[in-house]
Amino acid sequence: MAAPPNASSAGQSDRILTMARAGREAVISEMRKDPKVFVIGEDVGKIGGIFGTAVGVQEEFGASRAIDTPISETGFIGIACGAAMAGMRPLVELAYVDFFGVCFNQIYNFAAKTHYMSGGQYTMPLTMMIGVGGGYNNAAQHSQTVYGTFAHMPGIKIVVPSNAYDAKGLMHSCIQDDNLTLWMVHKATCGLGWLGAPLKTAMAAVPETDYSIPFGEARVWREGTDVTLVGLGLTVHHCLQAADLLEASGISAEVIDLRSLVPLDRETIFASVSKTGRLVVVDEDYLSFGVTGEIIASISERDPRVWKAPPRRVAYPDVPVPFSRPLEDFCMPDAQKVVAAVKSIMAPQ
Amino acid sequence: MVVDIAARKWMYERMIESRYFDDAIFAAYFEGKTPVFNMAKGPVPGEMHQSFGQEPCAVGVLAHLGPDDVVGAAHRPHHVAIARGVNLDRMAAELFGKKTGLSGGRGGHMHLYDKSVNFFCSGIIAEGLGPAAGMAMARKVQNLPGIAVAYIGEAAANQGAFHEVLNMASLWKLPFICVIEDNKYGVSVPKRLSTAVERNPNRGAAYGCFGEYVEGNDPDKIYAAAATAVARARRGEGPTILELETERLHGHFIGDPAAYRSEAERGAQLDPIPVYRRRLLENGVFDEAALVAVEARVKERVAKSIKFARDSDYPEPAEALDKLYA
Repeated sequence: MAAPPNASSAGQSDRILTMARAGREAVISEMRKDPKVFVIGEDVGKIGGIFGTAVGVQEEFGASRAIDTPISETGFIGIACGAAMAGMRPLVELAYVDFFGVCFNQIYNFAAKTHYMSGGQYTMPLTMMIGVGGGYNNAAQHSQTVYGTFAHMPGIKIVVPSNAYDAKGLMHSCIQDDNLTLWMVHKATCGLGWLGAPLKTAMAAVPETDYSIPFGEARVWREGTDVTLVGLGLTVHHCLQAADLLEASGISAEVIDLRSLVPLDRETIFASVSKTGRLVVVDEDYLSFGVTGEIIASISERDPRVWKAPPRRVAYPDVPVPFSRPLEDFCMPDAQKVVAAVKSIMAPQ
Repeated sequence: MVVDIAARKWMYERMIESRYFDDAIFAAYFEGKTPVFNMAKGPVPGEMHQSFGQEPCAVGVLAHLGPDDVVGAAHRPHHVAIARGVNLDRMAAELFGKKTGLSGGRGGHMHLYDKSVNFFCSGIIAEGLGPAAGMAMARKVQNLPGIAVAYIGEAAANQGAFHEVLNMASLWKLPFICVIEDNKYGVSVPKRLSTAVERNPNRGAAYGCFGEYVEGNDPDKIYAAAATAVARARRGEGPTILELETERLHGHFIGDPAAYRSEAERGAQLDPIPVYRRRLLENGVFDEAALVAVEARVKERVAKSIKFARDSDYPEPAEALDKLYA
């Protein structure tokens, strides 16, 4: 396994936190600094949101800054947009990403476009906290990882932390940004009370001080020479595990954690593939028309001569997420599938 | 309620400003679109939803607002924008797609924004209700003055956003008014075929908020009803659904001949502006000479705005890529 995240940019810390806890620290810190920051959404008041990123917020700041809403996503996201246009900095809890289906107009046609359509007159300093991901038999309407659906729309910035250190730094960056930002976390990485023991590799040393991580800067977790593995969120952990397994077979894998999906750090990916000549992109989003294809296209467009072998994608097959354990396990990306994809392009020439 | 003379003069002037503006845009719209109509052609391209007949709905409500308040309009925004005092030169330039437009040509006529007067639009039915309520909430939770007024059409009350936002606005007692312009048609579908209640303010019972229907497309009556709704919002007593009977004298957009309406129905439509003009004369608010002078002055202002738009440059094409992010 890789070493814990390098905390040198913000001082050392011995505190090992879950991602939910780390994200919440950033929320509370920003709320203490700026009275215009508030949390709004379903179940944010008493239980601090289904993913725990607002635990304790209502106790400290009161019900006017941790606003429980009715189950009306179109309504409360619209209201948050208006508050943002009036100069406040709302943090909207969307809970499961799958719920975008009932409120997408407000996100796609309003929040993402208002700055542009107004010629820059109105800003939209709004952050959405969104949980993604399957792997726990919650079926097709509560398990999706639809990064590409949001990344496709111009005007939205998207971060996908893979660990607690990044979760906090990226949350600070989102709240401080004057645009619509999505903080998307995979449920399996959060450290949720209802999903078993926390994923150890997602927990990290987190400084108590505030720090932010810039948008558009991927992290190279592990350097390698034979193949580049690109992941985001949970799939970073699949990549790291696969890199360990590949090392045992004498294959040196470089692992890149996107951290920020929009803007995308194409430079770091290209530099890595220029070195290794091989690429496997690992994503829990649906295979077609998504993040994996975009990353591969951006390399080929720039210089197709870098390829020593065809790029590979390990992603969710183009079917809804099934319920039954063997069915879902068949579909989910994992380290073994990454290893198999790498070996398929490492065959002797 | 006796409407004071200054308010009536202001309402008439803003109504004719909207009317003259729409007249001028109507004429410009057909340039380059004959003999074969194609909305992509000419100096004013795209869909064009004009406000002919609906001017009283804007002036009767917005006469009560001040600079701290906020106004959201929908896809038919000209009369509301003009009554709000949106910069007319820059609004005209936006319709012509010019660099000097409110949004530098990125928005167009369904997406007019003038932050200097707290005005915004949204082109999708009922989409602006939440944002307007959010601006009301921002004022309330920060103890800032001001209310929010959102305009929708009667058909928009059948959108889910209407239900969700009115429920929350009432639950939280937001200083918010939902103005519904009942022009009787959602594009081609009459209200009686789309809406289970005759009058949308009756839905206020479902949200525990106030509602009032105003008949007659009459600026003075609208002014009186809006006075109550605005005062209620300013007192912190929550939202009002204010539905205003009005007339859409043209089709849904230019190029829609409204063939789904009978000759008899079209013939019975009253233009509210000459009606109001006569009343102002009868009531001695204006004499004929004063009216003619006001009309000449407003016509000149509108003509100047159209000239400003025509004389302005188009944006550099690559400006299309600017302003995505703040």
